[in-house]
Amino acid sequence: MTSTALPEHPDWLWRNPEPRSSYDVVIVGAGGHGLATAYYLAKNHGITNVAVLEKGWLAGGNMARNTTIIRSNYLWDESAAIYEYALKLWERLPEELDYDFLFSQRGVLNLAHTLQDVREGVRRVNANRLNGVDAEWLEPDQVAKVCPILNVSSRTRYPVLGATFQPRAGIAKHDHVAWALARRADEMGVDLIQGCEVTGFLKDGDRVVGVDTNRGRIHAGGVGLAAAGHSSVLAERAGVRLPVQSHPLQALVSELHEPVHPTVVMSNHVHVYVSQAHKGELVMGAGVDAYNGYGQRGSFHVIEQQMAAAVELFPVFARAHVLRTWGGIVDVSPDASPIIGTTPVENLYVNCGWGTGGFKATPAAGWAFAHTIATGEPHPLNAPFALERFATGALIDEHGAAAVAH
Amino acid sequence: MLLITCPWCGPRDETEYHYGGQAHVPYPENPADLTDEQWAEYVFYRDNPKGPFAERWMHGTGCRRWFNVLRDTVSYEVLTSYRLDEPRPALPQAGGNR
Repeated sequence: MTSTALPEHPDWLWRNPEPRSSYDVVIVGAGGHGLATAYYLAKNHGITNVAVLEKGWLAGGNMARNTTIIRSNYLWDESAAIYEYALKLWERLPEELDYDFLFSQRGVLNLAHTLQDVREGVRRVNANRLNGVDAEWLEPDQVAKVCPILNVSSRTRYPVLGATFQPRAGIAKHDHVAWALARRADEMGVDLIQGCEVTGFLKDGDRVVGVDTNRGRIHAGGVGLAAAGHSSVLAERAGVRLPVQSHPLQALVSELHEPVHPTVVMSNHVHVYVSQAHKGELVMGAGVDAYNGYGQRGSFHVIEQQMAAAVELFPVFARAHVLRTWGGIVDVSPDASPIIGTTPVENLYVNCGWGTGGFKATPAAGWAFAHTIATGEPHPLNAPFALERFATGALIDEHGAAAVAH
Repeated sequence: MLLITCPWCGPRDETEYHYGGQAHVPYPENPADLTDEQWAEYVFYRDNPKGPFAERWMHGTGCRRWFNVLRDTVSYEVLTSYRLDEPRPALPQAGGNR
């Protein structure tokens, strides 16, 4: 494997079978999480009579729209556990899947611009270390050594007062991740069915026994929802109400540049996050738009604020051109943590509420969700992320470590 | 950018406003009688429709008053806006989930 090798063309990576009338498990959504779930259902649990149904095309939803950042520097034990598990899986997946998805552990800086940011950052570094997550607190001069193009002058409106640094964090090529998982799942017998929209659920009393689709009725022993921004719309068709709100989240890329940006920089306070893709584009994101939306586009003023922050932090970007912008729809939960587990409807499982953090969690989400579907019980990784927490009050408030306003 | 009409100040850009989520969520009539599940429903569960949605906005850089907006969450078209003491208007055209 070399990072200069071109990927195989997706058409050669999986079959495109007609849906059968019955499967042991149906996964709704062929994004990263749905594909990872199918992969681990087959690999860890020997369940290969599985269909992954996708209303559009494989990995064409949020998987194609995110900013590809991978990190595990979350505050609370429950989050650190699942995101760090994901990072450890990421570290071995290219070899395991025999597919180079350009996983680059170039580190992530989370900048602090206020005294409160500094306190929160130092606290998080300490929490991370207690949880075995690599983390350091860097002073501004150390920040400048990690990322020399970053403006750490004290004369900016919101000076960089320091940063958390996770060296093992990084980026990966999102499309390749999806194709790598899809190829292996397909090889193990999973049917990946594109252009197949779930329109309703077949129920026997309080039990789901299948789905209705635009390509016919499909019976299933278990149904797992991994549909990101559309989770609540789908779940409602099965009679389950989810405490999530769908918001547009947009990102953009610049034209290609020589390698100038050696790491990933995130700033919660002035609100921009930037990395440089392997080809050379600067990949940037900001917060979600405040309002609910399904339109897969965001507001121009969000881009304007994000660009203002980027140019202040990176004066060298001042003359870069935006090449394209796009939006995805994220489902945001009240505590900015995901919901993964069982539902009040038997045999219906849900993996949603990842907000802006879904990509980095892909392998662990699939691992834990596959376990839940295979056994009917949550894995220790996802047990704290049950739907019940909103009634018990055992929330996992990650608004700070989510690093994106939502 | 959305163009939202404040019932008092008229049409202004979205950046003048603050978003407040779903409208018409009444405080429980008998709060002492609620189960944990009912409290969760009141505090954390909101509608998330594809299509017309009644939501609250506040005119932060204008009159600073809250009001309600009917907006389509797919097209982002602002259908109408109305005061808090007014009922949700009937839509001129057939709406519903899409």
